[in-house]
Amino acid sequence: MFKTYILILQRDLTLALRHKTEVLTTIFFFIIVISLFPLGVGIDKELLQKIAPGVAWIAALLASMLALERLFSSDYEDGTLEQMLLSPQPLFVIVLAKVSAHWLLTGLPLVLISPLVGLQYHLDFDRVIMMMLALLIGTPILSLLGAIGAALTLGLRGGGVLISLLLLPLYIPVLIYGAGVVVDSALFNNNTETYLSLLMGFLILSLVLSPWATAAALRIASE
Amino acid sequence: MTLQAHQLSCIQGDRILFEELDFSVKAGELLLIEGQNGCGKTTLLKTLATIRQIDAGKILWNNQSITKLSDDYRDQLTWLGHLNGIKLDLTAAENLKISCTLNGLSVSDLAVMEALEEMGLYGYEDLPVRVLSQGQKRRTALAYLLLSQTLIWILDEPFVALDVKAVKLLQKVITKHVEQGGIVILTTHQEVGLDTGRIQRLRLTR
Repeated sequence: MFKTYILILQRDLTLALRHKTEVLTTIFFFIIVISLFPLGVGIDKELLQKIAPGVAWIAALLASMLALERLFSSDYEDGTLEQMLLSPQPLFVIVLAKVSAHWLLTGLPLVLISPLVGLQYHLDFDRVIMMMLALLIGTPILSLLGAIGAALTLGLRGGGVLISLLLLPLYIPVLIYGAGVVVDSALFNNNTETYLSLLMGFLILSLVLSPWATAAALRIASE
Repeated sequence: MTLQAHQLSCIQGDRILFEELDFSVKAGELLLIEGQNGCGKTTLLKTLATIRQIDAGKILWNNQSITKLSDDYRDQLTWLGHLNGIKLDLTAAENLKISCTLNGLSVSDLAVMEALEEMGLYGYEDLPVRVLSQGQKRRTALAYLLLSQTLIWILDEPFVALDVKAVKLLQKVITKHVEQGGIVILTTHQEVGLDTGRIQRLRLTR
């Protein structure tokens, strides 16, 4: 089982490295969105500090959704998904490996470049750390939930739009608590634990449920 | 070791593709499914391979329903459809290795190279499959058959895009599998030049 996980993870990472544009698109999209806001709303320091967490999270959310459509569809088109469905390996392990690869390619880079937000929005060091922590816990949730949407819309025309309609409502709690971590760290100081534990709770819940739901959706879609 | 279909029907939308189909294939037999375009050959194969759900009727493997056997049945199965099931950005060797590991086979690099060489891909194993010709892509997918250790092979038009030499080779591989007590179910528009083993023909009519 573990061997399968490593195999699929390695496969998807190798494929992504031979196709760098897709990974870079996500990262540049994130950078562009967060850079546009200060240009649009002006250089008012307090205002920027206030909107920074929300902007960072919305950008991360949309960026992570960009690559979702390709999560299963490229495998669906060339028949490798069929082979995975028919392999004797448990499907949820394969799904988990693919989601892990998606997060490593689209979620983790966003966590790493998020200090850039701190620079542009006059955030102090503590809040940047808080934001990175919140993104670190939150972005895997986005990938896990996203996989369900990607599997459900597999093989549909115009699936891309449908994914966002399906997923954005599910992303709202993550957005509220994720952004809340950073806002709260400024307002009340050190009252962030609640938000982080709730985010952690979401992560564990989606980690347990999402691969099963995705696997079931893939079986239906492959028919 | 028998694969049986019992009163199998398939409905697509409001169109009946085939109805109340009965057949059985024993170990050491080949089932050739024939019929016009659009008569449901691929759908039948997909149903047998558990990719598609059964609309009506039963498919039994050793007298047990394949829906119940689920993974135990899939363990015995090798499927090759219209799509080659290989990644264009990976090399032939990488693709073959992934197929093997995914199916629980641990193969050495040497075995992978030998299989590719036998399929006439010597010198192409380290190129991304994208740059290979259509026939060579098909050969890459078929190379897995040389390493596969499953009993039932379900092949949808395996001869498509292959040249004369490769067709002969594939016929040899299929014959060998049937002789060794395997089951092969395939569709094709070409004559399958099999010398030994029992060939059953199933004609789907509209």
